[in-house]
Amino acid sequence: MGKRSSWALPYAIFLVLFVAVPLLLIVLYSFQDASGHFTFANMAKFFTDRDALSTFALSIEVAIENTALCILIGYPVAYILADKSLNRSAVTVVLFILPMWVNALMRTLATAELFTMAGIPLGKGTLLFGMCYDYLPFMIYPIYTTLAKMDRSYADAAADLGASPFTVFRKVTLPLSMPGIASGVLMVFMPTVSTFAISEFLTNNKIKLFGTIIQENINNSMWNYGAALSLIMLIIIGLTSFLGKKEDVEAAGGAV
Amino acid sequence: MVKKVFARIYIALILVILYAPIVFIAVFSFTEAKSLGNWTGFSLSLYKSLFTGGMQNSSALISAVNNTLLIALIASLIATILGTVAAIGIFNLKGRKKQAIQLLNNIPMINPDIITGVSLFLLFVFLHISQGYLTVILAHVTFCTPYVVLSVLPKLTQMNPNIYEAALDLGATPGQAFRKVLVPVLSPGMISGFILSFTMSLDDFAVTFFTRGTIGLDTLSTFIYADARKGGLTPELKPLMTIIFIIILVVLLALNLKKSKHSDEK
Repeated sequence: MGKRSSWALPYAIFLVLFVAVPLLLIVLYSFQDASGHFTFANMAKFFTDRDALSTFALSIEVAIENTALCILIGYPVAYILADKSLNRSAVTVVLFILPMWVNALMRTLATAELFTMAGIPLGKGTLLFGMCYDYLPFMIYPIYTTLAKMDRSYADAAADLGASPFTVFRKVTLPLSMPGIASGVLMVFMPTVSTFAISEFLTNNKIKLFGTIIQENINNSMWNYGAALSLIMLIIIGLTSFLGKKEDVEAAGGAV
Repeated sequence: MVKKVFARIYIALILVILYAPIVFIAVFSFTEAKSLGNWTGFSLSLYKSLFTGGMQNSSALISAVNNTLLIALIASLIATILGTVAAIGIFNLKGRKKQAIQLLNNIPMINPDIITGVSLFLLFVFLHISQGYLTVILAHVTFCTPYVVLSVLPKLTQMNPNIYEAALDLGATPGQAFRKVLVPVLSPGMISGFILSFTMSLDDFAVTFFTRGTIGLDTLSTFIYADARKGGLTPELKPLMTIIFIIILVVLLALNLKKSKHSDEK
C-alpha cells in the first residue's frame, strides 16, 4: 500500500481551506475595521465594554459550575454503567445517549416549559439545570468508555493489599479515569460558554451568555467585533485543551 | 446488595429526569391545545393536521424536515467517502505530515459549533460565495469528516497488511484489491462514521444558523429557533418530535438487542 499516502491529499486541501483558513480569517477580521484597515479597536472595545466583560465572566462561571455539576452527577452514572456487577445490559448505556437524538432546542423548550408549569421562575438556577441536562451525556460517555476499558485487576490488587474501598477509588479508579474526565470537560466546558439558543430559552432572554453576544454581532453585520469575540473564545479553547492534554499525560503517567 | 439497590435507584432517577421533557412533549402531542403544558382533553387532531398539512405554516415545517434529512444524507455521504480515502492516506503517511493533518482533523471536533459556524461564515463572506444549500452542506462535511476519519483509522491499524499484498501477488488489480480486500475490512468503521455524521448533522443548529445565508433555507433546528423567538411554537412540532423519537427508540433498541444477542452467542 506504499503509494497510498497521496490519498490524504484531497482531505489535506479540504482541511486547509475549510478549517485552517477560516480560523485565520477570524484573526484577520478581529484586527480590521469595517473598511478593512488594521486596527486594535475591536479588542480594545471588548476590554472596555462593561456588558461584554460581565457576560464573559458570567459565561465562564456558568461553564465551570455546569462542568462540575456534570462530573458530580455523571461520574457515578458512568461508574455504575461500567461496573459489570451493577449493570450487565448495554441497553442501559444506550438509554443515556438516546435523548441526544431528539432535537436539543425542542428538549430545551420543553424543559423551560416544565419549569414554568412547576412555578419555578426562569433564571440562573434553571439555566444551570437545563445546561447540565443538555450536556450530561457528553460527560457520562467518555468517562464510561475509560472505566469500561480499565483493567479491574488494579483495583482488586489494591483491595487485596488492604486498601479500603474509598482508598481504592481515590488512589486507583479515579486517577485511571482521568483521561475520560478530561475529554468530558473538553466536551462540556467550551460548548457551555458558547451556547446561544439554549441560554435564551432557559432564562426567557434574561441571561445572556457569550455565544449570544457573538451571534448578535455577526447577525447585525458587526463582523469584525464578532470575529474579535470569537478570537477570545478560541484563545480560551486553546488554553483548556492544552490543560486537558496535560492532564491526559499526567493520568497516563500515573497509570504506569 | 445494598450497593446494587442504590445504584439502580440512582440510574432510574437520572433517567427519569433525562426523559421528563421528552415524555412531556409526547403527552401533550395528544391534545388540541396550542401551547405546551395546556391540556384540553385527548385528541389526535395535531397528528391529523401534521399529515394533512392543515396548519398555518405546514409547507415551511415540511420543507424544514426535508431539508434536514437531505442535508444530513448528502453531507454524511460526502464525509464518509472523503474521510475513508483520507484515513487510508493518513495511515500511510509518516512523521510531520501525519501529525499536521491529524492536528487539523481534531480542530473541528474541539471547536464549539459557534466557532465553526462563525469561521465558515467569514470564509464564505471573504470568498464572496453566496450562502445557501451548498455552503450548509460544505459546513456539515467539515464537522462530520473528522469523525469518519477517527472511525476508519483503527480498522486500518487492526488490519493485516499482508492480505492486501497477497491479493496483488495473486493477480488482483489495485482496484480489485481495494474493492475486495480494503472495503470489507473498513466497512464497519465507515458505517459507524456515517451514522455518527448523520446524527450530528441532524442535530446541528449553530453551524447551519451561520452558513445558511438569507435565502430562507430552514432546517428543523433553525425552524424551531425562529418559531420560539416569534413566541408560539408550531403545535404540530409536538407530534412530529414524538414520531421521530419513537422511530429512533425502536431502531436503536432493536440494533442493540441484536448486538447483545450476538455477543451472548459468542
